[in-house]
Amino acid sequence: MFTTNASRGLPRHRSRSIAERYRRWVSRALVAVLVVSLLWLVVAFHLRGQWMFALLFLVLGASLAVVFGKRDLMSHRYVFPALAGMGVFVIFPLLYTVGISFSNYSSSNLLGEERVRAQFLERTYQAEGSAFDFRLYREGERRRLYLEAQGEDADIGTSRLVSEPLADSGQQGALAVHPTQSPPAGEALGMREVIAERERLQRLVLTTPDDVELRMAGLRHFAPILPRYTENPDGSLTDRRDGTRLTPDHEHGFFVDGEGERLTPGWPVAVGLDNYARVLLDPDVRGPFLAIFVWTFVFAGLTVLFTLAVGFVLASLLQWEQLRGKAVYRTLLILPYAVPAFISILIFKGMFNQSYGEINLILENVFGIRPDWFTDPAMARTMLLIVNTWLGYPYMLLLCMGLLQSVPRDLYEASAVDGGGPLTNMFRITLPLIIKPLTPLLIAAFAFNFNNFVLITLLTGGGPDILGASTPAGTTDLLVSYTYRIAFQDAGQDFGLAAAIATLIFLLVMGLSLLNLRLSRVEV
Amino acid sequence: MAMVQPRSIRARKLAAHLALLGVVTLVAFPLLLVISISFREGNFATGSLIPERFSLEHWSLALGIPWERPDGSMVQPPFPVLLWLWNSVKVAAVSSVLILLLATTSAYAFARMRFRGKAGLLKGMLIFQMFPPVLSLVALYALFDRLGQLVPWLGINSHGSLILASLGAVALHIWTIKGYFESIDGSLEEAAMMDGASTWQAFRHILLPLSVPILMVVFILAFIMSIMEYPMASVLLLDEDKLTLAVGAQQYLAEHNQRWGDFAAAAVLSGLPITLVFLLCQRWIVGGLTAGGVKG
Repeated sequence: MFTTNASRGLPRHRSRSIAERYRRWVSRALVAVLVVSLLWLVVAFHLRGQWMFALLFLVLGASLAVVFGKRDLMSHRYVFPALAGMGVFVIFPLLYTVGISFSNYSSSNLLGEERVRAQFLERTYQAEGSAFDFRLYREGERRRLYLEAQGEDADIGTSRLVSEPLADSGQQGALAVHPTQSPPAGEALGMREVIAERERLQRLVLTTPDDVELRMAGLRHFAPILPRYTENPDGSLTDRRDGTRLTPDHEHGFFVDGEGERLTPGWPVAVGLDNYARVLLDPDVRGPFLAIFVWTFVFAGLTVLFTLAVGFVLASLLQWEQLRGKAVYRTLLILPYAVPAFISILIFKGMFNQSYGEINLILENVFGIRPDWFTDPAMARTMLLIVNTWLGYPYMLLLCMGLLQSVPRDLYEASAVDGGGPLTNMFRITLPLIIKPLTPLLIAAFAFNFNNFVLITLLTGGGPDILGASTPAGTTDLLVSYTYRIAFQDAGQDFGLAAAIATLIFLLVMGLSLLNLRLSRVEV
Repeated sequence: MAMVQPRSIRARKLAAHLALLGVVTLVAFPLLLVISISFREGNFATGSLIPERFSLEHWSLALGIPWERPDGSMVQPPFPVLLWLWNSVKVAAVSSVLILLLATTSAYAFARMRFRGKAGLLKGMLIFQMFPPVLSLVALYALFDRLGQLVPWLGINSHGSLILASLGAVALHIWTIKGYFESIDGSLEEAAMMDGASTWQAFRHILLPLSVPILMVVFILAFIMSIMEYPMASVLLLDEDKLTLAVGAQQYLAEHNQRWGDFAAAAVLSGLPITLVFLLCQRWIVGGLTAGGVKG
């Protein structure tokens, strides 16, 4: 163990080689560029009002500048990049998730209040009663539109309008129309030509001399399109169609009309413990949640038990000195570990297929049964445990083989002298000796399977579904895959609720993790 | 070693061999089956382990070559498997190099230097390593979504985002490399520093060349983990031509259109190299994995 020159207070090493000295300047310049680009991100995020992200990059940039700027933090420079990686991609997302769990962030409350207001203000409607009948006239090669007001009391300047000639082809947006006394010269085109020109006409915006915009509102009409909502000084909106007032409800993040009806989209607001209350009190959420919670524990516990049992027995066999061909057996036995999990899980998905899978073919030929692996909850769970034992026992095998080597041979010798058989050896000598170093690893394996998202997603996708659940929930879902489905699947992505469940899992994992740290007595 | 021998030793040995062979059969069956299916004709053909009607159709499709059936109809490859494999390899290679860089430098500091907060940082890393990234996917998605509005090549549906996101998983590798560094005597580096080498030079020219084996192991481990990464890739990548193999492969077995034969060929094609690498390096990898990592 030694300390750096700088922190010992020794003079800094100065290289005689020019390249070495320039390298120092190059690295300084690199750090400066990084700090500046991070600051640019901070400003950009701040301007967009995303203060969480601005804060993240501010902390990152500032710590980068401090660590690489101060000489006595020499050692920290080596650790900083890795810690920054963990900070940005593990710890920040964790905190952010906990933060979301106290909000109603979801697909219906996605954008900020300002953006939602802007969306409402952009909405338009077509004013009734002041529409124009139109006809398309041909003047040589050119075409003009002639509009005639439908009602007598036309409120737009005048009741007869004629447009500038339409462009020959392509993207014509706005087109001016002028008052006129009579239809333009030329031939009025029939409905067939209008239909042929429909797409072009639909893109057309006609502007009258009083700046009212008219759009095509049917095969015979053009009508003024008006902004639907106007903003009032107190922040509420008025619907110009029927005069309804929409007031912003800052508690729930929606605009509500006079009867308290909510209009989507809304914006995310803090809702306190609402999401947690839903998980624990709302029967439609609580029922599936509890079922999944129990199954998650059962799944992780049984997986550890089965993989350990298989792994331990195989390791004991492979430990036997008089057995030949151990190396070959070992290589074959860790095959499931060597094949990428996403491939072997999909292989099992095909093999367990109810109608043409090999497993059901064999079972039918031998026993005459065809279990419903994917539609019957109990069978689906059995299948998951079988597959996960296949996937997971090599890890336990390797662990046990390592640990068994540390058990002193002469204990077995003594046992044999006293007439102990293999079972006595296992329960009286081997297990008591290896259980202690094994426990933290078993806890880690439990935590891993507790969160075994890939297996569930690729094999069953959570199904068969739990009936009557208000969230997407399946009988084989684990808490993680349940969370994932609430957040990313189906309609109504409810990020807030997903984050609340994720936070509960964080607490559980945290507990397991601390327990593990204590049991394994890590020396640092 | 003189062991006291029970009498029925031969019978027991036979039983042990039979039991092991039985397990090996169960283990190898799915893998052999898939190899066999990849050579069978059609997508639903069943039959014995050695295909009766041999066909290279699925292999041709997996390699991206259209296949002409005997009746003259052309079959186009359903999915760009080779592209997915290439995406996976690309992402895995870049991210494992970066992970190796980060992990090595910090492992050096943790193994050789004394500084404030070291014990706390090491313990903290162990704790945070157990939090599965699946749970913070919403946050990661939001982060890359916003980041992508400013820096497009780091946004959703870019490989840059996936590579960057994988940098969070360095804790395990730091512990592995740190353990190795601590097993190397520090006196060589001290001698170099006495002769005027800077800390960085001692690390770069003395310790690193001595640690090539463990660096290889960590690189391979990180590479394999990255190839198998599913949750983040499934959220961050959207377009079919951007997918990695782990996300793309499941499309073969979609709910209503299971291409069992095509999947088998693609699975063997892409899974075999990874499996072989793992088996060839198993001696080193197993030590690193069982030291602290968890899988399965």
